[in-house]
Amino acid sequence: MNLAIKDIQHNIGRFLLTTFGIGMLLMLVMGMGGIYRGLVEDATLLVERIGADLWVVQKNTRGPFAEISRIPRTLEDRISTVSGVLSSHAFISHTVQRSYKNKPLRLTIQGLSWPGDRGQWFPIVAGRGLEQAHYELVADKSSGLQPGDKLPLGKNIFTVVGLTKGMTSASGDSMAFVTLLDAQAVQFDLPPEAIRIERTARVNRLYDNDLGRIQPQLNERAAGLSSGIPALGTSMVSAVLVSVAPGYSIEAVAKHIGLWPDVSVFSKDGQKELLLRGAVDRARRQLGLFRALLIIVSAIIMALILYTLTLDKLHDIAMLKLIGARNSVILGLIMQQALLLGAIGYCVAYVLGQWIFPYFPRRVLLVQNDLYSLAFIVFVISILASLLGIWRAMRADPSEVLS
Amino acid sequence: MSQTNDNSALQATGLTKIYGSGHTEVVAVRDAAVQVKRGEIVALLGPSGGGKTTLLTMLGLIRSPNTGQITINGTLVFDNHQPKVNVRRFRRQNLGFVFQKANLIPFLTAAENIRLAMEIDDQPARASRKRATELLEYLGVAERAQNLPSMLSGGEQQRVAVARALANRPSVLLADEPTAALDSMRGRQVMELFRKVAHEQNAGVIVVTHDHRMLDLFDRILEMEDGILTQQQKESGNY
Repeated sequence: MNLAIKDIQHNIGRFLLTTFGIGMLLMLVMGMGGIYRGLVEDATLLVERIGADLWVVQKNTRGPFAEISRIPRTLEDRISTVSGVLSSHAFISHTVQRSYKNKPLRLTIQGLSWPGDRGQWFPIVAGRGLEQAHYELVADKSSGLQPGDKLPLGKNIFTVVGLTKGMTSASGDSMAFVTLLDAQAVQFDLPPEAIRIERTARVNRLYDNDLGRIQPQLNERAAGLSSGIPALGTSMVSAVLVSVAPGYSIEAVAKHIGLWPDVSVFSKDGQKELLLRGAVDRARRQLGLFRALLIIVSAIIMALILYTLTLDKLHDIAMLKLIGARNSVILGLIMQQALLLGAIGYCVAYVLGQWIFPYFPRRVLLVQNDLYSLAFIVFVISILASLLGIWRAMRADPSEVLS
Repeated sequence: MSQTNDNSALQATGLTKIYGSGHTEVVAVRDAAVQVKRGEIVALLGPSGGGKTTLLTMLGLIRSPNTGQITINGTLVFDNHQPKVNVRRFRRQNLGFVFQKANLIPFLTAAENIRLAMEIDDQPARASRKRATELLEYLGVAERAQNLPSMLSGGEQQRVAVARALANRPSVLLADEPTAALDSMRGRQVMELFRKVAHEQNAGVIVVTHDHRMLDLFDRILEMEDGILTQQQKESGNY
């Protein structure tokens, strides 16, 4: 006869309610761990998915994610000439916030080096990938955009042609993929009035120095497009992604490019390290600490619940002692209930989590190892929490039955 | 551990129990001597606060005496505060208890309450089920076997408590005012049950009671006042 089960059956309503409460609490612990993992996953997702061997960024910066990096796009061609480089693609990344259908919409725009990079590396779950050089956009499902939606960005209107799933930035914003030129157009977009003022200022600057007087035809160009003035240089990108050819050493190529005075080079792991130790480090540690605190709070609450349940049974426990029950019978009664409370609470947490976590604004990633670890922690908490009740039960005097 | 070979179910000599110390010291039981034979039912009378319950808890091995010896079923159990056996195991194998309240485990049925006493003594489940059924039939509550205590009347609960006390065939049955919560008719029925148990189960029974109307049911009567077991009275029929 199992006394723990019999007692639970007798007080099934109270037990279920208590278990549900514990389950909610454990769901928070589970969710906190999931948010932690989601943050790490989001931070390293792009670096992992793009799969570039090397990231070339502006000298002495930790770009393009941890800080701003600006390098000329021509660097792409320079790098492609290095021995051992299979391919090099310019990369641009920046975040925009727009109002769409009367709701704020945040997108991390990723510029793909069209036509070399058409985004083969990210999964399309609806629609299709990019098929033309301009005005097409693939967005993540979490943005709420649908294929066919028209989204004004800069001076152009982009059509959503496809959707990805689970592609979010380190800050949790949905990613949107466009061609590099489009991304630059969005990033460096200026209002017409600002352009007009800049062109007038350029002309005035030319009139004010020798160059304008010696080369008067420059004045005509200065009043036109920026791209028509060679002295202004090429457009800037965030980074250049490098794939190393098979048989070549990634370290050797990195060392070679790293000797150039205008760039810094990071390996894939180095870039991930930058993200985890930089951009998301504090959030990551804060979540970790909060999770640890939640575990402690859960342990205390479980201990108090089990202690209260034991107090309710103190008279029965005294009676059991009086009729000669061994301590192991009483210990088993309390500990089995503690373990059941923990086990069922854990299951409730998992089921509720599966249902609720997808609605969280940021990704909650339940990793199998974390689930196993939490199960073990709950097991240990259940044992420790029952000790308080067991301690009280062991002190119960059989003569209490007479009172 | 020493053993005697007489017909004595319980024998206690020189029992003293003192609570507190110094100026708060209270002598609850002073130099008490009790002997109960197998098949004998003995009443323990006395005013409230006289030490009856303390004596009963010492005889039931719930509290240890400060001085004195307790021998149950031929085995010396306590010798001047020192237990000579594993008290809890000895209690479950040799003693049965019934109280004013039935004190049944509320989440177990009547049959399970009886089986519990046997299963904690490692008796096989099948044997304990059979014994529980027999006891419930013997005490006239067989039809209530699957009912929880909350569904039983006071008298039925007390019968189940008696059945539980008898489950391990104890040599001594101790009852502390078992009829106090019952009306006089049901109280007498329960007391007759104790007499029947003593005689048919060959157990020594000590019953603490205030109800003088039932003293004709006892073989012998002890009286306790101010911690002193004053006398072992004459035969109950002459009381």
